[in-house]
Amino acid sequence: MTQLALVIDLNVCVGCHACVTNCKEWNTSGMAGPLSDFNPYGADPTGTFFNRVQTFEVGSFPNTETVHFPKSCLHCEEPPCVPVCPTGASYKRKEDGIVLVDYDKCIGCKYCSWACPYGVREIDEKQKVMKKCTLCVDRIYDQGLPEKERKPACVLACPTSARLFGDVHNPESEVSVAIRESNGYQLMPEWGTNPSNHYLPRRKTQLRIHDDQLVRADNPLKKERLLPKPDKNEPSLDDAISW
Amino acid sequence: MHPAFSVIFLTTLIGVGQGLFLALYTGQVYALFQVLSAQGDHRFYAVGSVIVLAFLAAGLVASFFHLGRPERAWRAASQWRTSWLSREVIVLPLFMASVFMYGMAHYFGWNAPLFSLGETLQIDLIMLTGAIATFFCFALFICTGMIYACLRFLQEWHTPLTVSNFILLGGASGFALATAYAAYAAPELTGFYGKWTLIITLLAFASRLASLVRNHKLKPKSTLQSAIGVRHTKIAQKAQGFMGGSFNTREFFHGKSPSMLRSVKWIFIVLTFALPLVFLAWSLSINSASMLVLTFAVQYAGLIAERWFFFAQANHPQNLYYQAIS
Repeated sequence: MTQLALVIDLNVCVGCHACVTNCKEWNTSGMAGPLSDFNPYGADPTGTFFNRVQTFEVGSFPNTETVHFPKSCLHCEEPPCVPVCPTGASYKRKEDGIVLVDYDKCIGCKYCSWACPYGVREIDEKQKVMKKCTLCVDRIYDQGLPEKERKPACVLACPTSARLFGDVHNPESEVSVAIRESNGYQLMPEWGTNPSNHYLPRRKTQLRIHDDQLVRADNPLKKERLLPKPDKNEPSLDDAISW
Repeated sequence: MHPAFSVIFLTTLIGVGQGLFLALYTGQVYALFQVLSAQGDHRFYAVGSVIVLAFLAAGLVASFFHLGRPERAWRAASQWRTSWLSREVIVLPLFMASVFMYGMAHYFGWNAPLFSLGETLQIDLIMLTGAIATFFCFALFICTGMIYACLRFLQEWHTPLTVSNFILLGGASGFALATAYAAYAAPELTGFYGKWTLIITLLAFASRLASLVRNHKLKPKSTLQSAIGVRHTKIAQKAQGFMGGSFNTREFFHGKSPSMLRSVKWIFIVLTFALPLVFLAWSLSINSASMLVLTFAVQYAGLIAERWFFFAQANHPQNLYYQAIS
Protein backbone atom coordinates (compact mmCIF):
# COMPACT_ATOMS: atom_id res chain seq x y z
CA MET A 1 0.00 0.00 0.00
CA THR A 2 1.18 3.46 -0.81
CA GLN A 3 1.15 6.30 1.66
CA LEU A 4 2.41 9.53 0.20
CA ALA A 5 3.72 12.03 2.70
CA LEU A 6 6.15 14.82 3.36
CA VAL A 7 9.22 14.66 5.53
CA ILE A 8 10.31 18.04 6.84
CA ASP A 9 13.85 18.52 8.04
CA LEU A 10 13.85 21.03 10.88
CA ASN A 11 17.63 20.98 10.80
CA VAL A 12 17.59 22.57 7.36
CA CYS A 13 14.47 24.75 7.33
CA VAL A 14 15.40 28.43 7.45
CA GLY A 15 11.83 29.72 7.79
CA CYS A 16 11.76 31.60 4.47
CA HIS A 17 8.04 30.90 3.76
CA ALA A 18 8.81 29.97 0.14
CA CYS A 19 6.78 26.77 0.59
CA VAL A 20 3.85 28.82 1.91
CA THR A 21 3.99 31.18 -1.05
CA ASN A 22 4.35 28.52 -3.70
CA CYS A 23 1.62 26.38 -2.09
CA LYS A 24 -0.76 29.33 -2.10
CA GLU A 25 0.14 30.26 -5.68
CA TRP A 26 -0.36 26.75 -7.02
CA ASN A 27 -3.50 25.94 -5.09
CA THR A 28 -5.23 29.27 -5.61
CA SER A 29 -4.79 28.90 -9.37
CA GLY A 30 -6.19 25.40 -9.72
CA MET A 31 -9.51 24.30 -11.09
CA ALA A 32 -10.83 23.67 -7.55
CA GLY A 33 -11.23 27.43 -7.17
CA PRO A 34 -9.21 30.07 -5.38
CA LEU A 35 -8.04 30.01 -1.79
CA SER A 36 -9.92 33.13 -0.83
CA ASP A 37 -8.27 36.12 0.81
CA PHE A 38 -10.02 39.00 2.51
CA ASN A 39 -8.44 42.44 2.88
CA PRO A 40 -5.12 41.16 1.55
CA TYR A 41 -3.71 44.70 1.57
CA GLY A 42 -5.97 46.11 4.31
CA ALA A 43 -5.65 46.51 8.02
CA ASP A 44 -6.91 43.08 9.00
CA PRO A 45 -5.93 40.58 6.33
CA THR A 46 -7.10 37.00 6.51
CA GLY A 47 -7.21 34.09 4.13
CA THR A 48 -7.06 30.38 3.56
CA PHE A 49 -3.70 28.62 3.47
CA PHE A 50 -2.75 24.96 3.33
CA ASN A 51 0.66 25.49 4.80
CA ARG A 52 2.09 27.78 7.48
CA VAL A 53 5.60 28.29 8.76
CA GLN A 54 5.83 29.05 12.45
CA THR A 55 8.79 29.97 14.57
CA PHE A 56 9.62 28.80 18.07
CA GLU A 57 12.41 29.73 20.41
CA VAL A 58 13.78 26.87 22.45
CA GLY A 59 15.69 27.54 25.67
CA SER A 60 16.50 30.76 27.44
CA PHE A 61 19.03 33.40 26.52
CA PRO A 62 21.91 32.99 25.77
CA ASN A 63 21.37 29.28 25.16
CA THR A 64 18.55 29.67 22.69
CA GLU A 65 17.82 28.04 19.43
CA THR A 66 15.34 29.11 16.77
CA VAL A 67 13.19 26.38 15.29
CA HIS A 68 11.27 27.14 12.12
CA PHE A 69 8.34 24.81 11.93
CA PRO A 70 6.32 24.33 8.71
CA LYS A 71 2.87 22.93 9.43
CA SER A 72 0.40 21.43 6.97
CA CYS A 73 -1.98 18.46 6.88
CA LEU A 74 -0.10 15.38 8.11
CA HIS A 75 -2.25 12.93 6.12
CA CYS A 76 -2.69 10.72 9.17
CA GLU A 77 -2.95 6.98 8.72
CA GLU A 78 -5.78 7.09 11.28
CA PRO A 79 -7.31 10.44 10.32
CA PRO A 80 -9.72 11.51 13.09
CA CYS A 81 -11.25 14.14 10.78
CA VAL A 82 -12.60 11.60 8.29
CA PRO A 83 -15.09 9.45 10.28
CA VAL A 84 -16.76 12.51 11.87
CA CYS A 85 -17.69 14.05 8.50
CA PRO A 86 -21.48 13.73 8.16
CA THR A 87 -21.52 13.96 4.35
CA GLY A 88 -18.56 11.83 3.34
CA ALA A 89 -16.93 14.90 1.78
CA SER A 90 -13.80 14.22 3.81
CA TYR A 91 -12.10 11.00 2.81
CA LYS A 92 -8.79 9.19 2.70
CA ARG A 93 -7.78 7.80 -0.68
CA LYS A 94 -7.12 4.09 -0.64
CA GLU A 95 -4.58 4.17 -3.45
CA ASP A 96 -2.13 6.71 -2.03
CA GLY A 97 -3.36 7.62 1.46
CA ILE A 98 -3.97 11.30 0.71
CA VAL A 99 -6.71 12.83 2.88
CA LEU A 100 -8.93 15.01 0.70
CA VAL A 101 -12.11 17.08 0.88
CA ASP A 102 -14.70 16.91 -1.87
CA TYR A 103 -15.58 20.60 -2.18
CA ASP A 104 -18.84 19.71 -3.94
CA LYS A 105 -20.09 17.62 -1.01
CA CYS A 106 -18.84 19.68 1.96
CA ILE A 107 -21.58 21.51 3.86
CA GLY A 108 -19.15 23.69 5.81
CA CYS A 109 -20.18 22.46 9.28
CA LYS A 110 -16.55 22.70 10.50
CA TYR A 111 -16.90 19.51 12.53
CA CYS A 112 -13.81 17.96 10.88
CA SER A 113 -11.69 20.93 11.96
CA TRP A 114 -12.79 20.33 15.55
CA ALA A 115 -11.72 16.71 15.19
CA CYS A 116 -8.20 17.58 13.97
CA PRO A 117 -5.74 18.12 16.85
CA TYR A 118 -3.23 19.83 14.57
CA GLY A 119 -5.44 22.65 13.29
CA VAL A 120 -4.53 22.15 9.66
CA ARG A 121 -8.01 22.47 8.17
CA GLU A 122 -9.17 25.95 7.29
CA ILE A 123 -12.57 26.99 6.02
CA ASP A 124 -12.71 29.03 2.84
CA GLU A 125 -14.87 31.97 3.91
CA LYS A 126 -15.97 32.67 0.37
CA GLN A 127 -16.64 29.19 -0.97
CA LYS A 128 -17.87 28.16 2.51
CA VAL A 129 -16.27 24.75 2.42
CA MET A 130 -13.44 23.18 4.40
CA LYS A 131 -10.05 23.15 2.71
CA LYS A 132 -6.75 21.50 3.44
CA CYS A 133 -3.46 20.37 1.93
CA THR A 134 -4.02 18.00 -1.00
CA LEU A 135 -0.34 17.07 -1.37
CA CYS A 136 -0.83 18.81 -4.74
CA VAL A 137 -2.81 15.84 -5.97
CA ASP A 138 -3.42 17.81 -9.16
CA ARG A 139 0.26 17.93 -10.06
CA ILE A 140 1.95 14.82 -8.65
CA TYR A 141 0.19 12.61 -11.22
CA ASP A 142 0.23 15.12 -14.08
CA GLN A 143 1.76 13.34 -17.07
CA GLY A 144 2.11 16.71 -18.78
CA LEU A 145 4.80 17.76 -16.35
CA PRO A 146 8.40 16.56 -16.48
CA GLU A 147 8.85 13.76 -13.97
CA LYS A 148 11.05 15.74 -11.58
CA GLU A 149 8.33 18.37 -11.29
CA ARG A 150 5.66 15.86 -10.28
CA LYS A 151 6.04 16.87 -6.65
CA PRO A 152 4.04 19.11 -4.33
CA ALA A 153 4.58 22.83 -4.92
CA CYS A 154 6.08 23.32 -1.45
CA VAL A 155 8.74 20.68 -2.07
CA LEU A 156 9.77 22.26 -5.36
CA ALA A 157 9.96 25.71 -3.81
CA CYS A 158 12.13 24.86 -0.82
CA PRO A 159 15.55 26.46 -1.44
CA THR A 160 17.29 24.33 1.19
CA SER A 161 15.62 21.02 0.31
CA ALA A 162 14.16 20.78 3.78
CA ARG A 163 11.07 19.09 2.36
CA LEU A 164 11.11 15.56 1.01
CA PHE A 165 8.19 13.86 -0.68
CA GLY A 166 7.53 10.19 -1.21
CA ASP A 167 5.94 6.94 -0.11
CA VAL A 168 6.54 6.33 3.58
CA HIS A 169 5.35 2.73 3.26
CA ASN A 170 8.12 1.85 0.84
CA PRO A 171 11.15 1.13 3.06
CA GLU A 172 13.58 2.02 0.26
CA SER A 173 12.11 5.42 -0.58
CA GLU A 174 14.02 8.61 0.10
CA VAL A 175 11.54 9.62 2.80
CA SER A 176 11.62 6.24 4.57
CA VAL A 177 15.41 6.25 4.60
CA ALA A 178 15.40 9.80 5.97
CA ILE A 179 12.94 8.87 8.72
CA ARG A 180 14.90 5.76 9.60
CA GLU A 181 18.39 7.21 9.54
CA SER A 182 17.72 10.70 10.85
CA ASN A 183 15.25 9.83 13.60
CA GLY A 184 12.10 11.12 11.93
CA TYR A 185 9.25 11.62 14.38
CA GLN A 186 5.50 12.28 14.36
CA LEU A 187 3.63 15.19 15.94
CA MET A 188 1.43 14.64 18.99
CA PRO A 189 1.89 10.86 19.07
CA GLU A 190 -0.29 10.75 22.20
CA TRP A 191 -3.50 10.78 20.15
CA GLY A 192 -2.81 7.69 18.07
CA THR A 193 -3.50 9.48 14.79
CA ASN A 194 -0.33 8.04 13.27
CA PRO A 195 0.55 11.01 11.04
CA SER A 196 2.21 10.10 7.74
CA ASN A 197 4.20 13.32 7.57
CA HIS A 198 7.33 13.13 9.67
CA TYR A 199 9.74 15.73 10.98
CA LEU A 200 13.49 15.31 11.19
CA PRO A 201 14.92 16.78 14.40
CA ARG A 202 17.62 19.40 14.73
CA ARG A 203 21.00 17.72 14.60
CA LYS A 204 24.28 19.20 15.77
CA THR A 205 27.67 18.28 14.40
CA GLN A 206 30.00 18.21 17.36
CA LEU A 207 33.76 17.78 17.53
CA ARG A 208 34.85 16.11 20.69
CA ILE A 209 38.33 17.16 21.91
CA HIS A 210 39.82 15.39 24.87
CA ASP A 211 42.42 17.02 27.13
CA ASP A 212 45.25 14.72 26.05
CA GLN A 213 44.70 15.91 22.52
CA LEU A 214 45.62 19.44 23.61
CA VAL A 215 48.84 18.33 25.30
CA ARG A 216 51.53 16.53 23.31
CA ALA A 217 51.98 13.22 25.06
CA ASP A 218 55.49 12.78 23.61
CA ASN A 219 56.80 16.14 24.77
CA PRO A 220 60.06 15.39 26.65
CA LEU A 221 60.01 18.74 28.45
CA LYS A 222 56.40 18.26 29.64
CA LYS A 223 56.03 21.95 28.91
CA GLU A 224 54.33 23.46 25.87
CA ARG A 225 56.63 26.11 24.36
CA LEU A 226 58.89 26.65 21.37
CA LEU A 227 61.44 23.92 21.11
CA PRO A 228 65.01 24.88 22.06
CA LYS A 229 66.97 25.68 18.91
CA PRO A 230 70.67 24.73 18.53
CA ASP A 231 73.18 27.49 17.90
CA LYS A 232 73.71 28.49 14.24
CA ASN A 233 77.36 27.38 14.29
CA GLU A 234 76.76 23.99 15.68
CA PRO A 235 76.71 21.16 13.21
CA SER A 236 73.34 19.90 12.44
CA LEU A 237 71.89 16.96 10.56
CA ASP A 238 71.29 19.38 7.69
CA ASP A 239 75.06 20.04 7.39
CA ALA A 240 75.78 16.37 7.08
CA ILE A 241 73.46 15.89 4.14
CA SER A 242 73.46 19.24 2.31
CA TRP A 243 76.72 20.17 0.83
CA MET B 1 -13.57 26.76 21.35
CA HIS B 2 -15.45 29.71 19.99
CA PRO B 3 -19.08 29.36 21.11
CA ALA B 4 -21.35 29.62 18.05
CA PHE B 5 -24.83 30.85 18.90
CA SER B 6 -26.36 28.68 16.18
CA VAL B 7 -25.19 25.56 18.00
CA ILE B 8 -26.02 27.00 21.43
CA PHE B 9 -29.62 27.58 20.33
CA LEU B 10 -29.83 24.26 18.48
CA THR B 11 -28.79 22.19 21.49
CA THR B 12 -30.79 24.13 24.09
CA LEU B 13 -33.99 24.40 22.01
CA ILE B 14 -34.17 20.74 21.02
CA GLY B 15 -33.34 19.89 24.65
CA VAL B 16 -36.43 21.80 25.80
CA GLY B 17 -38.55 20.10 23.13
CA GLN B 18 -37.28 16.65 24.05
CA GLY B 19 -37.77 17.28 27.78
CA LEU B 20 -41.30 18.59 27.22
CA PHE B 21 -42.21 15.50 25.22
CA LEU B 22 -40.78 13.23 27.90
CA ALA B 23 -42.82 15.11 30.51
CA LEU B 24 -46.07 14.68 28.55
CA TYR B 25 -45.45 10.99 27.96
CA THR B 26 -44.21 10.28 31.50
CA GLY B 27 -47.52 11.61 32.85
CA GLN B 28 -49.39 9.28 30.53
CA VAL B 29 -47.32 6.25 31.46
CA TYR B 30 -47.97 7.02 35.14
CA ALA B 31 -51.69 7.16 34.37
CA LEU B 32 -51.46 3.89 32.42
CA PHE B 33 -50.05 2.18 35.47
CA GLN B 34 -52.67 3.99 37.53
CA VAL B 35 -50.05 5.64 39.71
CA LEU B 36 -51.30 9.04 38.67
CA SER B 37 -55.01 9.72 38.53
CA ALA B 38 -54.82 13.18 36.95
CA GLN B 39 -54.79 13.29 33.16
CA GLY B 40 -54.97 16.18 30.78
CA ASP B 41 -57.56 16.11 28.02
CA HIS B 42 -56.60 15.32 24.43
CA ARG B 43 -56.29 18.99 23.62
CA PHE B 44 -53.61 19.38 26.31
CA TYR B 45 -51.41 16.70 24.72
CA ALA B 46 -52.09 17.77 21.14
CA VAL B 47 -51.16 21.40 21.85
CA GLY B 48 -48.23 20.14 23.94
CA SER B 49 -46.99 18.17 20.93
CA VAL B 50 -47.27 21.30 18.81
CA ILE B 51 -45.13 23.16 21.36
CA VAL B 52 -42.59 20.31 21.28
CA LEU B 53 -42.49 20.48 17.48
CA ALA B 54 -42.12 24.26 17.58
CA PHE B 55 -39.03 23.98 19.79
CA LEU B 56 -37.54 21.23 17.65
CA ALA B 57 -38.20 23.18 14.46
CA ALA B 58 -36.67 26.32 15.97
CA GLY B 59 -33.58 24.30 16.89
CA LEU B 60 -33.42 22.87 13.40
CA VAL B 61 -33.60 26.37 11.89
CA ALA B 62 -30.84 27.55 14.24
CA SER B 63 -28.63 24.65 13.14
CA PHE B 64 -28.80 25.79 9.52
CA PHE B 65 -27.08 29.04 10.47
CA HIS B 66 -24.06 26.98 11.46
CA LEU B 67 -23.63 25.56 7.96
CA GLY B 68 -21.62 27.20 5.22
CA ARG B 69 -23.63 25.42 2.54
CA PRO B 70 -27.12 24.80 4.03
CA GLU B 71 -28.52 23.85 0.62
CA ARG B 72 -26.45 20.66 0.78
CA ALA B 73 -27.60 19.74 4.30
CA TRP B 74 -29.42 16.65 3.01
CA ARG B 75 -26.05 15.06 2.32
CA ALA B 76 -25.39 15.00 6.06
CA ALA B 77 -27.58 11.92 6.44
CA SER B 78 -25.18 9.69 4.51
CA GLN B 79 -22.41 8.83 7.00
CA TRP B 80 -24.49 7.39 9.85
CA ARG B 81 -22.10 4.46 10.13
CA THR B 82 -19.27 6.59 11.51
CA SER B 83 -20.48 10.11 12.30
CA TRP B 84 -22.58 11.05 15.32
CA LEU B 85 -23.46 14.31 13.57
CA SER B 86 -24.91 12.33 10.69
CA ARG B 87 -26.86 10.17 13.15
CA GLU B 88 -28.28 13.29 14.78
CA VAL B 89 -29.33 14.57 11.37
CA ILE B 90 -31.30 11.33 10.84
CA VAL B 91 -32.75 10.97 14.33
CA LEU B 92 -34.02 14.56 14.68
CA PRO B 93 -36.56 14.32 11.80
CA LEU B 94 -37.55 10.82 12.94
CA PHE B 95 -38.23 12.18 16.42
CA MET B 96 -40.19 15.09 14.97
CA ALA B 97 -42.25 12.72 12.84
CA SER B 98 -43.03 10.45 15.78
CA VAL B 99 -44.00 13.42 17.97
CA PHE B 100 -46.22 14.59 15.13
CA MET B 101 -47.89 11.16 15.03
CA TYR B 102 -48.23 11.22 18.81
CA GLY B 103 -49.92 14.63 18.62
CA MET B 104 -52.20 13.47 15.80
CA ALA B 105 -53.19 10.36 17.77
CA HIS B 106 -54.15 12.62 20.66
CA TYR B 107 -55.94 15.17 18.50
CA PHE B 108 -58.07 12.57 16.74
CA GLY B 109 -58.46 10.50 19.91
CA TRP B 110 -57.09 7.26 18.47
CA ASN B 111 -57.37 5.50 21.80
CA ALA B 112 -58.99 2.23 20.79
CA PRO B 113 -56.86 -0.50 22.43
CA LEU B 114 -54.63 -2.23 19.88
CA PHE B 115 -53.42 -4.97 22.19
CA SER B 116 -52.93 -5.52 25.87
CA LEU B 117 -49.82 -6.27 27.85
CA GLY B 118 -50.55 -8.71 30.61
CA GLU B 119 -54.02 -8.48 32.14
CA THR B 120 -54.64 -4.81 32.54
CA LEU B 121 -52.38 -2.66 30.34
CA GLN B 122 -54.36 -1.55 27.31
CA ILE B 123 -51.97 -0.19 24.68
CA ASP B 124 -53.52 2.18 22.18
CA LEU B 125 -52.02 4.08 19.27
CA ILE B 126 -51.23 7.04 21.53
CA MET B 127 -49.11 4.98 23.89
CA LEU B 128 -47.44 3.17 20.98
CA THR B 129 -46.43 6.32 19.07
CA GLY B 130 -45.36 7.84 22.38
CA ALA B 131 -43.10 4.87 23.09
CA ILE B 132 -41.54 5.14 19.64
CA ALA B 133 -41.04 8.88 20.14
CA THR B 134 -39.45 8.24 23.55
CA PHE B 135 -36.96 5.90 21.93
CA PHE B 136 -36.04 8.52 19.33
CA CYS B 137 -35.97 11.19 22.02
CA PHE B 138 -33.24 9.40 23.98
CA ALA B 139 -31.46 8.44 20.77
CA LEU B 140 -31.38 12.14 19.88
CA PHE B 141 -30.01 13.08 23.31
CA ILE B 142 -27.28 10.47 22.91
CA CYS B 143 -26.42 11.62 19.38
CA THR B 144 -26.23 15.26 20.41
CA GLY B 145 -24.09 14.46 23.41
CA MET B 146 -21.81 12.06 21.53
CA ILE B 147 -21.09 14.67 18.83
CA TYR B 148 -19.05 16.41 21.52
CA ALA B 149 -18.13 13.46 23.74
CA CYS B 150 -16.56 11.48 20.89
CA LEU B 151 -13.86 14.09 20.17
CA ARG B 152 -11.02 12.70 22.24
CA PHE B 153 -8.77 15.74 21.70
CA LEU B 154 -11.28 17.97 23.45
CA GLN B 155 -10.69 16.43 26.84
CA GLU B 156 -13.28 18.66 28.52
CA TRP B 157 -15.97 17.02 26.37
CA HIS B 158 -14.59 13.50 26.14
CA THR B 159 -16.55 12.05 29.06
CA PRO B 160 -19.89 10.25 29.56
CA LEU B 161 -20.85 13.24 31.71
CA THR B 162 -21.32 15.25 28.50
CA VAL B 163 -24.11 12.91 27.42
CA SER B 164 -25.70 12.80 30.88
CA ASN B 165 -25.56 16.61 31.05
CA PHE B 166 -27.36 16.93 27.73
CA ILE B 167 -30.06 14.46 28.84
CA LEU B 168 -30.57 15.94 32.31
CA LEU B 169 -30.34 19.63 31.35
CA GLY B 170 -32.71 19.12 28.41
CA GLY B 171 -35.01 17.10 30.65
CA ALA B 172 -34.99 19.72 33.41
CA SER B 173 -35.84 22.60 31.08
CA GLY B 174 -38.52 20.54 29.30
CA PHE B 175 -40.17 19.49 32.55
CA ALA B 176 -40.01 23.11 33.74
CA LEU B 177 -41.86 24.15 30.58
CA ALA B 178 -44.36 21.32 31.09
CA THR B 179 -45.01 22.56 34.61
CA ALA B 180 -45.69 26.09 33.37
CA TYR B 181 -47.83 24.80 30.50
CA ALA B 182 -49.84 22.54 32.81
CA ALA B 183 -50.45 25.43 35.19
CA TYR B 184 -52.49 27.06 32.42
CA ALA B 185 -53.92 24.07 30.54
CA ALA B 186 -54.18 21.20 33.01
CA PRO B 187 -53.65 22.51 36.59
CA GLU B 188 -54.11 19.07 38.17
CA LEU B 189 -50.85 17.92 36.52
CA THR B 190 -48.79 20.90 37.71
CA GLY B 191 -47.71 19.25 40.94
CA PHE B 192 -46.62 16.05 39.17
CA TYR B 193 -44.49 17.88 36.59
CA GLY B 194 -43.22 20.30 39.21
CA LYS B 195 -41.88 17.54 41.45
CA TRP B 196 -40.16 15.87 38.53
CA THR B 197 -38.66 19.22 37.52
CA LEU B 198 -37.20 19.55 41.02
CA ILE B 199 -35.74 16.04 40.90
CA ILE B 200 -34.30 16.33 37.37
CA THR B 201 -32.89 19.79 38.03
CA LEU B 202 -31.12 18.45 41.13
CA LEU B 203 -29.78 15.48 39.15
CA ALA B 204 -28.65 17.82 36.37
CA PHE B 205 -26.93 20.00 38.95
CA ALA B 206 -25.06 16.98 40.32
CA SER B 207 -24.03 15.84 36.85
CA ARG B 208 -22.92 19.30 35.71
CA LEU B 209 -21.06 19.88 38.96
CA ALA B 210 -19.27 16.56 38.47
CA SER B 211 -18.16 17.61 34.98
CA LEU B 212 -17.01 21.02 36.30
CA VAL B 213 -14.91 19.32 38.97
CA ARG B 214 -13.55 16.83 36.44
CA ASN B 215 -12.62 19.55 33.98
CA HIS B 216 -11.01 21.59 36.72
CA LYS B 217 -8.64 18.72 37.48
CA LEU B 218 -7.92 17.97 33.83
CA LYS B 219 -4.32 17.90 32.69
CA PRO B 220 -3.79 18.59 28.97
CA LYS B 221 -2.40 15.56 27.17
CA SER B 222 -0.71 17.61 24.46
CA THR B 223 2.04 20.07 25.21
CA LEU B 224 4.12 22.42 23.11
CA GLN B 225 6.85 19.76 23.37
CA SER B 226 4.71 17.06 21.75
CA ALA B 227 3.20 19.59 19.33
CA ILE B 228 6.52 20.41 17.67
CA GLY B 229 8.50 17.45 18.92
CA VAL B 230 11.27 19.32 20.71
CA ARG B 231 12.18 18.07 24.15
CA HIS B 232 12.89 21.16 26.19
CA THR B 233 11.08 22.60 29.17
CA LYS B 234 11.22 26.13 27.84
CA ILE B 235 9.74 26.72 24.39
CA ALA B 236 8.17 29.99 23.33
CA GLN B 237 6.38 30.74 20.10
CA LYS B 238 7.83 33.70 18.25
CA ALA B 239 5.66 33.68 15.10
CA GLN B 240 2.55 31.80 14.03
CA GLY B 241 3.09 32.36 10.35
CA PHE B 242 0.86 35.38 9.76
CA MET B 243 0.14 38.75 11.32
CA GLY B 244 -3.63 38.92 10.74
CA GLY B 245 -6.28 36.45 11.89
CA SER B 246 -7.14 33.11 10.38
CA PHE B 247 -9.73 30.38 10.79
CA ASN B 248 -7.44 28.82 13.39
CA THR B 249 -7.35 31.93 15.55
CA ARG B 250 -11.11 32.57 15.24
CA GLU B 251 -12.73 29.14 15.53
CA PHE B 252 -10.81 27.70 18.45
CA PHE B 253 -10.50 30.62 20.86
CA HIS B 254 -13.39 32.16 22.76
CA GLY B 255 -11.58 35.50 22.81
CA LYS B 256 -12.87 36.49 26.24
CA SER B 257 -11.00 37.13 29.45
CA PRO B 258 -10.59 34.37 32.07
CA SER B 259 -12.59 36.50 34.49
CA MET B 260 -15.51 36.57 32.05
CA LEU B 261 -15.31 32.79 31.76
CA ARG B 262 -15.40 32.49 35.55
CA SER B 263 -18.35 34.83 35.89
CA VAL B 264 -20.34 33.03 33.17
CA LYS B 265 -19.78 29.82 35.13
CA TRP B 266 -21.33 31.33 38.27
CA ILE B 267 -24.11 32.96 36.24
CA PHE B 268 -25.15 29.65 34.73
CA ILE B 269 -24.96 27.82 38.06
CA VAL B 270 -27.28 30.43 39.59
CA LEU B 271 -29.64 30.76 36.61
CA THR B 272 -29.91 27.09 35.61
CA PHE B 273 -30.02 25.48 39.04
CA ALA B 274 -30.22 27.74 42.10
CA LEU B 275 -32.86 30.27 41.03
CA PRO B 276 -35.18 27.80 39.24
CA LEU B 277 -35.15 25.48 42.28
CA VAL B 278 -36.11 28.37 44.57
CA PHE B 279 -38.67 29.77 42.12
CA LEU B 280 -40.20 26.36 41.52
CA ALA B 281 -40.62 25.49 45.18
CA TRP B 282 -42.03 28.92 45.82
CA SER B 283 -44.46 29.00 42.90
CA LEU B 284 -45.70 25.48 43.62
CA SER B 285 -46.44 26.49 47.19
CA ILE B 286 -48.26 29.71 46.26
CA ASN B 287 -49.78 28.16 43.10
CA SER B 288 -48.65 30.91 40.73
CA ALA B 289 -48.72 30.07 37.03
CA SER B 290 -46.89 33.17 35.86
CA MET B 291 -44.14 32.44 38.35
CA LEU B 292 -43.69 29.02 36.70
CA VAL B 293 -43.29 30.68 33.31
CA LEU B 294 -40.62 32.88 34.89
CA THR B 295 -38.95 29.74 36.29
CA PHE B 296 -38.68 28.24 32.82
CA ALA B 297 -37.49 31.52 31.29
CA VAL B 298 -34.75 31.94 33.91
CA GLN B 299 -33.63 28.35 33.48
CA TYR B 300 -33.53 28.66 29.70
CA ALA B 301 -31.45 31.84 29.96
CA GLY B 302 -29.17 29.90 32.30
CA LEU B 303 -28.91 27.09 29.78
CA ILE B 304 -27.72 29.51 27.11
CA ALA B 305 -24.98 30.62 29.50
CA GLU B 306 -24.26 26.98 30.36
CA ARG B 307 -23.86 26.03 26.71
CA TRP B 308 -21.69 29.09 26.04
CA PHE B 309 -19.44 28.03 28.89
CA PHE B 310 -19.44 24.43 27.66
CA PHE B 311 -17.92 25.56 24.36
CA ALA B 312 -15.66 28.26 25.75
CA GLN B 313 -14.14 25.95 28.34
CA ALA B 314 -13.03 23.34 25.82
CA ASN B 315 -9.38 23.89 25.00
CA HIS B 316 -8.40 22.56 21.60
CA PRO B 317 -4.86 21.17 21.25
CA GLN B 318 -4.40 23.14 18.01
CA ASN B 319 -4.28 26.28 20.16
CA LEU B 320 -0.74 25.26 21.11
CA TYR B 321 0.31 26.33 17.63
CA TYR B 322 -1.30 29.76 17.93
CA GLN B 323 0.11 31.25 21.11
CA ALA B 324 1.84 34.34 19.72
CA ILE B 325 1.22 36.40 16.59
CA SER B 326 4.73 37.60 16.01
